[in-house]
Amino acid sequence: MKPSRFDSTVLTLCFAFLYIPIIILIVYSFNASKLVTVWGGFSLEWYRVMWSNQGLMDAAWVTARVGMLSATLGTILGTLAALTLVRFPRFPGRIPFTGMIYAPLVMPEVITGLSMLLLFVAMNIDRGFWTVTIAHTTFTMCYVAVIVQSRLLTFDRSLEEAAMDLGCPPVKTFFRITLPLIAPAIISGWMLAFTLSLDDLVIASFTTGPGATTLPIKIYSQVRLGVTPEINAICTILIGLVTIGVICAAISSKRTELRRIRDEHDAIRAAI
Amino acid sequence: MAEIAAPTHRNPARWLVVAIPYIWLVLFFAAPFFIILKISLSDTAIAMPPYTPVFVGFGDISSFFAGLDLDNYSFLTEDPLYLDAYLSSLRIAFISTLLLLLIGYPMALAMARAPSTIRPTLMMLVILPFWTSFLIRVYAWIGILKPEGLLTLLLQTLHILGPDDQVQIYRTDWAVFIGIVYSYLPFMVLPLYAALEKMDGTLLEAASDLGCPPWKAFWRITFPLSLPGVIAGSMICFIPITGEFVIPDLLGGASTLMIGKTLWTEFFGNRDWPLASAVAVLLLLALVVPIVIFQNQQRKVS
Repeated sequence: MKPSRFDSTVLTLCFAFLYIPIIILIVYSFNASKLVTVWGGFSLEWYRVMWSNQGLMDAAWVTARVGMLSATLGTILGTLAALTLVRFPRFPGRIPFTGMIYAPLVMPEVITGLSMLLLFVAMNIDRGFWTVTIAHTTFTMCYVAVIVQSRLLTFDRSLEEAAMDLGCPPVKTFFRITLPLIAPAIISGWMLAFTLSLDDLVIASFTTGPGATTLPIKIYSQVRLGVTPEINAICTILIGLVTIGVICAAISSKRTELRRIRDEHDAIRAAI
Repeated sequence: MAEIAAPTHRNPARWLVVAIPYIWLVLFFAAPFFIILKISLSDTAIAMPPYTPVFVGFGDISSFFAGLDLDNYSFLTEDPLYLDAYLSSLRIAFISTLLLLLIGYPMALAMARAPSTIRPTLMMLVILPFWTSFLIRVYAWIGILKPEGLLTLLLQTLHILGPDDQVQIYRTDWAVFIGIVYSYLPFMVLPLYAALEKMDGTLLEAASDLGCPPWKAFWRITFPLSLPGVIAGSMICFIPITGEFVIPDLLGGASTLMIGKTLWTEFFGNRDWPLASAVAVLLLLALVVPIVIFQNQQRKVS
C-alpha cells in the first residue's frame, strides 16, 4: 500500500521531534564557543576537557564495570526466569512470580531505589559498587526475561524433542539446541540490560556509596549547575557507542536470519 | 509419550531453573517492600541509619508492635504539600498519557500502514532514541527551552518573537509535559504499533465495500481492535510518569509538584527516611490498580 500524505506527514513530524534535540546536542558538542546559542566554529576542545576530567573518567569506568557485571548477571537470571515462565506452566507461586517479573518494568524508580537501599541498610551491607550492581541486576533481569520469553514462545519444540528422542540428556539438549536457538534474544537482552544500567540515575543514586559514583550521577550533578559543552561531548560519545552497538546487532541478526533461511532451503533441496 | 516426557520431570535439578530467579526476586524485589512498610511505621532518629530500629530480634513481639505507629502517615495528611503533590502527579501523568496517545496513535498507525519493506527501519528509528540515555534526552531539552536557548533564537530569527522577547517555557509545567512526551513516546508507540500491525486489513476493505466511510471504519473497526495496545501503552507510560523524578527536577519549576521529587527531597535533602518510606507506600497504593491492569494485560499476551 502506498503511504498516504497524512501518514508521511505524521511520520516526518514525529521523527523530527524525536531526533532534532539529539542532533542539536551532538552538533553543539563540537562548538568552539561555551555559549549554547552561539556557534563559534568547529572544535574538539570539549572532548579534550572531558578527557582530562579525572572525576568524569573514573565515573565512566565505574559505570562500565557495573554495566558489564549487572547485565551479565541479569541476563543469566532473566533467561532462567523466561524459561520458568514458558516451560513451567503450573507450579505453586507462579502468579506472584509473574507479578515480580512485570512489576519492576513499570515501578517508579524512586520506589525501587528506596526499597533496595533500605534492604541493604537493614542487612548491614556497606553501600558501593556491589549494591549498585545488585540493584541493577534485579531490575534488568525482568527486561531480559520478557525479551527471551517472547523468543521461547515462538520456539519450535520439536527440535528439542528430536534431540531427546535420539538420547541426548536434557542438560546437553539445552546447551546444544535450545541455547543456540534463543541466543539472538539473549544477546539483545544483554544489550538492553547494559544500556539500562548505563542509563540509570535514580536507582544508582539511592544504592551507591562512597567511591562508586556512576556516570549518570556525575552528569546529573553537573547538569544541575548548568549546560556545558563538556556534557554534550560525553553525551555524544555515549550516543555514538549505543548507536554503533544497535546497528551492529541489527546487521548481525539480519545476517543470522538470512543464513537460517538459506540453510532451510538447502535442507529442503537436499531432501528432495 | 509419557515415557519420553518422564525423564525431564523426574530430574529435581530442573527446579533450580525456577528457584534461582524466584529466590533472587523475593530477596531483592519483594522483601524490600516489607522493609519500606515497616520503616514507614517507625520514628525518625538522628543517627545512621536515621530511623529507630525496626528489627530488634523476634523475642519481644509486643514491644516490636508498640514501636510502630502511624505518625508519618498522619503527618502526610496534615501537611497539604503532600496531598497537593499526589494530586498534581496524578494530574500530570494523566494529561501526559493523553498527549502521548494523541501523538503516538497517529504515528503507530502510520507505521503500521507503511510498506512492509520500510517497517523494520521505522521500528528501529523509534527504538533507537530509547537506547540513548534518558538523562541525556532530558538534558538536550534544557538547551532548547532555556529563555536564551535555541527555541528563542529560532523564533527571533523567524521574526515571530521580537529581539528582546524570550520563550518562557523552561521551568514550567509545559516544559515537563514536553520532556515527558519526548521521553515516553517510544513506550507508547511500540505497544500501539504491535496491536495495529496484527490487524487484518481485509476487515477495512469489507467495511469500505459495504459503503462505510473511512473515519467511521476507523472508530468501528481499527480503534476497538487496537484497544489492548492502547491499554498496555497507557499503563506503561502512566505508572512510571506518576513517580517521575528526573524530568520535573530538571525541566519543571518550583511550582511543579510531583511526588517523586518530594520523596527524593525527603530522602536526600531532609534525610527523613521514615517519611520518605511513607510517601513511597502511599505512591505504591495509588498505583496498585494500574499495575494490576498492566499485569493482567501482559499475562493475556504471554
